[in-house]
Amino acid sequence: MAVVTIENVDIVFGDNLAQTLPLMDKGHTRDDIIGMTGDVVGVQNANIEVNEGEICVLMGLSGSGKSTLLRAINGLNKIARGRCLVRDGDTMVDIAECDETKLRHMRTHRVSMVFQSFALMPWLTVLENVAFGLEMQGMPKTERLIKAREQLKMVSLDQWADKKPDELSGGMRQRVGLARAFAMDTDVLLMDEPFSALDPLIRSQLQDELIELQKRLNKTIIFVSHDLDEALKIGTKIAIMESAKIIQEDAPEQIVLNPATEYVEKFVAHTNPLNVLRGNSLMTHIKELASTDDKVVIDDSTWLEIKEGKLISVQGAQGELPVVRWTSDTVIEDVAENTVFIAPSSIAMRDAVEIRYHSNHVIVLEKNEQCVGILTDHNFYHALLGKHFGRDTEAA
Amino acid sequence: MNWLTDNKIPLGAWMENFVDWLVTAASGFFDLVSITLETMIITMVDAIDALHPFAVIAIILVGVWFLHRSLGLLVFITAALLLIINMGYWVETIQTLVLVVSATAISVLIGVPIGIAAAHRPWLYTILRPILDLMQTIPTFVYLIPTLILFGLGYVPGLISTIIFAIAAPIRLTYLGVSKVPSELIEAGLAFGCTKSKLLYKVELPAAMPNIMAGVTQCIMLSLSMVVIAALVGADGLGKPVVRALNTVNISQGFEAGIAIVLVAIMLDRICKSPSAKKEG
Repeated sequence: MAVVTIENVDIVFGDNLAQTLPLMDKGHTRDDIIGMTGDVVGVQNANIEVNEGEICVLMGLSGSGKSTLLRAINGLNKIARGRCLVRDGDTMVDIAECDETKLRHMRTHRVSMVFQSFALMPWLTVLENVAFGLEMQGMPKTERLIKAREQLKMVSLDQWADKKPDELSGGMRQRVGLARAFAMDTDVLLMDEPFSALDPLIRSQLQDELIELQKRLNKTIIFVSHDLDEALKIGTKIAIMESAKIIQEDAPEQIVLNPATEYVEKFVAHTNPLNVLRGNSLMTHIKELASTDDKVVIDDSTWLEIKEGKLISVQGAQGELPVVRWTSDTVIEDVAENTVFIAPSSIAMRDAVEIRYHSNHVIVLEKNEQCVGILTDHNFYHALLGKHFGRDTEAA
Repeated sequence: MNWLTDNKIPLGAWMENFVDWLVTAASGFFDLVSITLETMIITMVDAIDALHPFAVIAIILVGVWFLHRSLGLLVFITAALLLIINMGYWVETIQTLVLVVSATAISVLIGVPIGIAAAHRPWLYTILRPILDLMQTIPTFVYLIPTLILFGLGYVPGLISTIIFAIAAPIRLTYLGVSKVPSELIEAGLAFGCTKSKLLYKVELPAAMPNIMAGVTQCIMLSLSMVVIAALVGADGLGKPVVRALNTVNISQGFEAGIAIVLVAIMLDRICKSPSAKKEG
């Protein structure tokens, strides 16, 4: 169910809306329009739907309009045209249209925010900072301090409750920022490059913490990032923006496999495929292998025995090889050597590489109990060299 | 050239007419202000003067201890106040302190809201800036004359002149503080649902507090620098013996009164400055 729906949203900074909007419709670029009316087009014709429990990442370089779009969702940026619907109980409220009281209600009860620069109040203690939003909700003092303390415990900072923000490290400050936003108990969480100001180790640690928190709390998160690895790690959906427009919106794996434009391809070329790709996009399809009757040949000495699509056995030079069906709970080290792993086709590339590191056989992939393909070293090298997304364009 | 001097623009005459008009049209108002302020200041001076000087010193010391917890400062204040009593300027010091504190209080009460309003409305600050410059640069004696005519002799014209001179500090620094609040703090305030007034009291003013406190400190020091000038229009205090010493070419009296003013200045400076410095750090 959609929690946030953005429909044909335009955002323009400047005072000449009446002239700028028609120019946008005529297809003039952002640079043209600055020259003609002096207005800056922040976002042009954006459409996104974010469902409950999703983490939607808005990706792009600085100036691409990703933060601008994010800030429209809680009304920090004014929407020039279009609708931005946010769920409020059983109704959808249009942020572009709502009055001040309604907007305040949405900000205190439905949408909270985490900032890149933390934006903690330096004169308040850590605890008071976490309680800041609760105070705006109108919660009585003792109650909100109790609740703020619980939130601090959640990000394991309860020892620091009475310190001032400037006594904390960057990572700790952003955890306070997270606690402040989570304390509001809102369905929607806006995160504006929350980890960009942190060093890489702390960043990755906070990403993991966020993923853990999200598993428990199941919020709807809209996350801005300029780092595709981060987007691929935490996003369930990624929207890539360039010069105020959304140019591709897709599942993380699809972005990596089928970049829509050269711009996206450039982003993708620098990412680590281990975190994103899955067996079914890496594998050599069963139909591509040489087969006779029920035998599917893998190499000179090994072949698969398959009946009506089902894997019966794996045969080696010395007869049938032992097999094991891999699940995420399997301890690879405990499996005897010379065993062939059978894995679901949705296996993550990282897990597949782990298996290959331990076993000296190819990995057989299954989907709905049907054997669909195999993973060989060639498939891994192909992905690691970044050739996986070029495949479609080469074929075409 | 002759033509230019012959056709003099009557700027001075216009001002005089304006003051004359004020005196006739609004004398009731000015009298009321004058009497209220005069009574207020005299009551305060009398109340403090009724106490034993040592009791007053004790009260000041307790207050300073709570603000600063500095033994050195207490020793200095005790020594300074005892020296003032010894020189025979206790009552004058009280009068000066009351004048300075009143001028500062009124300046802050008027100046801080004006500063906030100006920070929120750029056009207002554009109008205010030349007026503030004028108030600070025009020689004090020039507006001493109309204030004297409007409010009569005594504390009040001194007080009003002091305020005109000193009010620019809290206005400017409040403006600076509020307009320099980091935009991400404002955004955070809004994102968490601040109303306009909540944003002011919970975000803008606390963030601007170091600047506002600096404005208050400056205001106090500027007020103190007006003591001697206020004495010219009849305000009692440490300025009076200085003016008297000047008229009678009395070196010893002038020097002693001067020392007393310097001591008061150092005390006020030390008492005011640290709290704001602590907040900044």
